[in-house]
Amino acid sequence: MITVEGLGKSFGDVRILEGIDAVFRKGSVNQIIGRSGSGKSVLAKCMVGLHRPEEGRVLYEGHSFHDMNAEEKRSIRQRIGMLFQGSALFDSLSVIENVMFPLRMFGAMGKEEMRERANTCLKRVRIIDKDHHFPAELSGGMQKRVGIARAIAMNPEYLFCDEPNSGLDPQTAIVIDELIKELTEEFNTTTIVITHDMNSVMETGEHIIFIHKGRKWWEGTRDELLRSDNKELNEFVFASSLMRQVKKAMIGGA
Amino acid sequence: MSVLFHIGRYFLLLRETFGRPERFSLYWSRTVEEMDLLGVKSLGIVALLSAFMGAVITIQTKTNIDSPLIQAWVVGFATRQSTILEFSPTVISLILAGKVGSNIAAEIGSMRVKEQIDALDIMGVNSAGYLILPKIAATMLINPFLIMISMFLGIFGGWLAGVETGVVVSDDFIQGIQIGFKPYHVVYALVKTVVFAFIITTISAYQGYYTKGGTREVGISSTRAVVYSNVVILFANLILTQALLL
Repeated sequence: MITVEGLGKSFGDVRILEGIDAVFRKGSVNQIIGRSGSGKSVLAKCMVGLHRPEEGRVLYEGHSFHDMNAEEKRSIRQRIGMLFQGSALFDSLSVIENVMFPLRMFGAMGKEEMRERANTCLKRVRIIDKDHHFPAELSGGMQKRVGIARAIAMNPEYLFCDEPNSGLDPQTAIVIDELIKELTEEFNTTTIVITHDMNSVMETGEHIIFIHKGRKWWEGTRDELLRSDNKELNEFVFASSLMRQVKKAMIGGA
Repeated sequence: MSVLFHIGRYFLLLRETFGRPERFSLYWSRTVEEMDLLGVKSLGIVALLSAFMGAVITIQTKTNIDSPLIQAWVVGFATRQSTILEFSPTVISLILAGKVGSNIAAEIGSMRVKEQIDALDIMGVNSAGYLILPKIAATMLINPFLIMISMFLGIFGGWLAGVETGVVVSDDFIQGIQIGFKPYHVVYALVKTVVFAFIITTISAYQGYYTKGGTREVGISSTRAVVYSNVVILFANLILTQALLL
């Protein structure tokens, strides 16, 4: 479980986040949604320690991340898996080497064991016979799946996914969403997905936080989201006619 | 941002870079890869430049001191001194700053804008150490060999051009490169080379590591890496020459 308490972050004079409080539950897909520039990615980066917030705390199982010493932070980070928006695979390493990378850095496994573990992760994300390909030789969807394989290689307790569906066709996006949901259940991870893809919210959202103007504007489940009368949330979620039709079909609203 | 800010951040990055490596064997294998990429693959340009510059130094020296009062071996002597003291360690380092420095800044800068450095940090890897330390070690180890090859080829190119164009007799040239030879001058040149290798690698890595934005900014970082490395090399050259030769 990850708890965020009173988180505030500025870049220069620009206030990005203000007083964010949230609890991200273990074994469920927690989604942070919001418009571009609303601060959701900054929130995730504060949570994983890439940005240091000026106010507030991020607690991993009750322990404040930013108050930890370097060794404790490193230990937490080794329990985090992260899928980046652009996959962030290492260009100079092959698919299998990318997945083996965290194992080589921190694992106590032999080379064969590492290879076996990497292959298991790749099979888990349905990447077969691409071991020796380089990231540039893969499609966007495949790169995302390899990114997930690398993120789960160390059996993470916390899985962060930053815009996992961006740049993907709808079918591939659904595959990625399903994969994230399956892995969350399988490994019982605390999964945090940053997205503005409403299909993804409808497919996998269990606990949803809406960030607006740097503040936590709304929090609830998917069903509560469909029934919410929050003006800004409705403007964001039901901006497309398709989503308005979904709402109408599911709850009979306008 | 002020110069002081950059100097401070540069030293903080160095402190991180020299932090404890996660796995020494991985760092060593990366150092060997970097020696190939940054050193061995620069051999061609270093060899070509050295041979031609040695040839030009010989011909220019001869045309400028063509006097019956000056002994014939002076051409070989001047070629050797110019090559060992200045051309090979300094000019070749300035050229390597262009080739190797831009490569380092572009590689690390691209990794930054593609979030690959963030990925390393989140895994708990000391990204500065993992990316920069092997490059520093590689250039500091391989550049002295490049410079020694450059010294040899510079003098050889001078001899070949001098003899082939008839501006100097082979025996006179060889006598010149032997007269008054001080092995300390080679040591001085190699000390400069190692310091310049450190400057090129760390300044270029700094520029790449703190790149913000996209591909345009990666290009700007590469340019800055070359310009700032060259400027610092010139200052360091003056300081080292005063410290080691006077």
